[in-house]
Amino acid sequence: MAVLLIAEVNGGTLSVDSTAKALTAAKQIGEVTVLCVGSGCTDAAQAAAKLDGVSKVLCAQSDAYGHDLAEPIADLIVSLSSNYTHIVAPSTSASKNILPRVAALLDVMIISEVTAVIDADTFERPIYAGNAIQTVKSSDQIKVATIRTSTFEASNEAGMAEVASIDACADPGLSEWVEDKVAASDRPELTSAGIVVSGGRGVGSEDDFKIIEGLADKLGAAVGASRAAVDSGYAPNDWQVGQTGKVVAPDLYVAVGISGAIQHLAGMKDSKVIVAINKDEEAPIFQVADFGLVADLFDAVPKLTDQIA
Amino acid sequence: MKVLVPVKRVIDYNVKVRVKADGSGVDLANVKMSMNPFDEIAVEQAIRLKEAGQAEEVIAVSIGVKQNQETLRTALAMGADRAILVVATEDVHTDIEPLAVAKILKAVIDEENPGIVLAGKQAIDNDMNATGQMLAALTGWSQATFVSELSVEGNSAVVTREVDGGLQTIKVTMPTIVTVDLRLNEPRYASLPNIMKAKKKPLDEKSAEDLGVDVTPRLKIESTGEPEARLAGIKVGSVEELVEKLKEVGAV
Ligand SMILES: Cc1cc2nc3c(=O)[nH]c(=O)nc-3n(C[C@H](O)[C@H](O)[C@H](O)COP(=O)(O)OP(=O)(O)OC[C@H]3O[C@@H](n4cnc5c(N)ncnc54)[C@H](O)[C@@H]3O)c2cc1C
Ligand SMILES: Cc1cc2nc3c(=O)[nH]c(=O)nc-3n(C[C@H](O)[C@H](O)[C@H](O)COP(=O)(O)OP(=O)(O)OC[C@H]3O[C@@H](n4cnc5c(N)ncnc54)[C@H](O)[C@@H]3O)c2cc1C
Repeated sequence: MAVLLIAEVNGGTLSVDSTAKALTAAKQIGEVTVLCVGSGCTDAAQAAAKLDGVSKVLCAQSDAYGHDLAEPIADLIVSLSSNYTHIVAPSTSASKNILPRVAALLDVMIISEVTAVIDADTFERPIYAGNAIQTVKSSDQIKVATIRTSTFEASNEAGMAEVASIDACADPGLSEWVEDKVAASDRPELTSAGIVVSGGRGVGSEDDFKIIEGLADKLGAAVGASRAAVDSGYAPNDWQVGQTGKVVAPDLYVAVGISGAIQHLAGMKDSKVIVAINKDEEAPIFQVADFGLVADLFDAVPKLTDQIA
Repeated sequence: MKVLVPVKRVIDYNVKVRVKADGSGVDLANVKMSMNPFDEIAVEQAIRLKEAGQAEEVIAVSIGVKQNQETLRTALAMGADRAILVVATEDVHTDIEPLAVAKILKAVIDEENPGIVLAGKQAIDNDMNATGQMLAALTGWSQATFVSELSVEGNSAVVTREVDGGLQTIKVTMPTIVTVDLRLNEPRYASLPNIMKAKKKPLDEKSAEDLGVDVTPRLKIESTGEPEARLAGIKVGSVEELVEKLKEVGAV
């Protein structure tokens, strides 16, 4: 089996965590070649070459590849596809945009959000917000899949694989980048953080979300939010955890003022330890919490922030 | 310009799904079915384009079983002008894969020539998040996924997308395929008079064969199981006790 793993590259830098986790899944299938794509990606390619189990790194640079636009990158991947049995990527917003396009261009089905590799043709994936797990077997010539990173351990850095530059494809010119609005943050990234503190509608306002951020900063944690908190404007969209937001599985997840709707649980129930703080003792979040505290968050969270060394 | 809105009939998002004991799938008999929530947002956006004078006609299309008529009637009651049902299976438990759905939608596009397709970002049953992107590939059109803002300006559309790092704005050439995210708009409720009116709006029925599309699945479902249940934990009485417990398990 020959696997092409599409690395997650942001602004020329390799997202090591998500790429290394998807690599762990890819290695279970066969020999792994990593593709780095970007307007400049030599650094990313060097970083990818160090990951344990990578046999080769391909680096495709072009201005057309700078902003994760689906059309030119899908064309590039398709142009390489004949050498591979599998094309996989960590399940990020970039790959969820690009890989289904690749699959349809190859006339194969996409296999989204793989949580386990059974064999080269057979995979597990969650459906219905994780309320059921489906085992699917693909009959397609080439398997195109996105890997849910929260369920795989990251591969270590070990080797030094060969890096080769490859030519860019012609840009179909169907779309152009206008701007990015990305808030700079010193906090760890939500999907790779060891600890996540999330706030829900119960927090009540954007201002009061500072209480959540204060606890997060004390713990060195990333900040998450429920959809209700994002919809209400308390938190930015990229903090949303859940079925239709990000899926996280940190060592510690602290849910504050979150009721525990299945759509939210879908994004965090694989966390190792779950803490819930909610003033309603009947809140469904307590059914998945290892430690539940029935309390007013405005009282409990500042205290907790103080008491953590 | 015509707007095409694919709407999927899915298990209602409030229903707790049950996996069938024999592992053959999820029990869909006698459960409440609704329009996929993302598709309500897409229908709403299509109607707004029409209200703004940027579109002439809104066509809703659904692929699946006969019962999808209900879903299409909902779209018509919200304000879509007409509907197309493509019957691709007789069994409610047979879902049609995004690749086949995209091929059917491509065939509909060839007949209808819409200027824009507004689809949902993902269907909440299978969570594939794929149909729009696959349709864009098959048509060779541009794609704008996970969209939370949309403005159509002549031959292009400017969209803001919800991405992992925050928001990205891109400009795509029309015709285009858009997949809508949660924060694009708040869908309207259909009023009673509009529900009555919707019963008289045209609803065309075709089959996948009529459109020449083979819907044979590429993914065989070997089994469907329950996820491992999480054991319920304990309630702690105070912040002090919480901190103690977290230290005990080494979480802080
Ligand atoms: C298609 C679709 C997709 C969705 N995707 C997602 C998703 O990805 N992620 C997601 O999170 N949701 C998602 N949802 C929404 C989900 O169904 C819930 O509506 C949402 O998770 C509720 O957010 P919440 O728990 O913050 O708010 P609520 O359910 O309103 O809960 C607020 C909680 O705060 C508690 N509270 C209030 N005040 C205090 C206080 N002072 N101290 C302590 N506790 C307090 C209350 O007791 C309550 O339990 C989706 C819904 C749909 C239809
Ligand atoms: C119980 C069960 C049984 C299954 N049985 C089978 C089976 O027998 N054979 C098989 O091949 N697969 C089966 N599947 C899997 C299924 O076919 C695919 O995984 C599924 O179609 C994925 O698509 P999605 O709805 O998640 O699409 P997404 O790509 O997430 O949908 C995105 C958007 O595309 C549009 N869209 C998608 N589907 C339609 C539609 N039908 N009509 C109109 N618009 C649509 C909507 O705008 C929607 O918001 C089954 C799944 C389950 C849960």
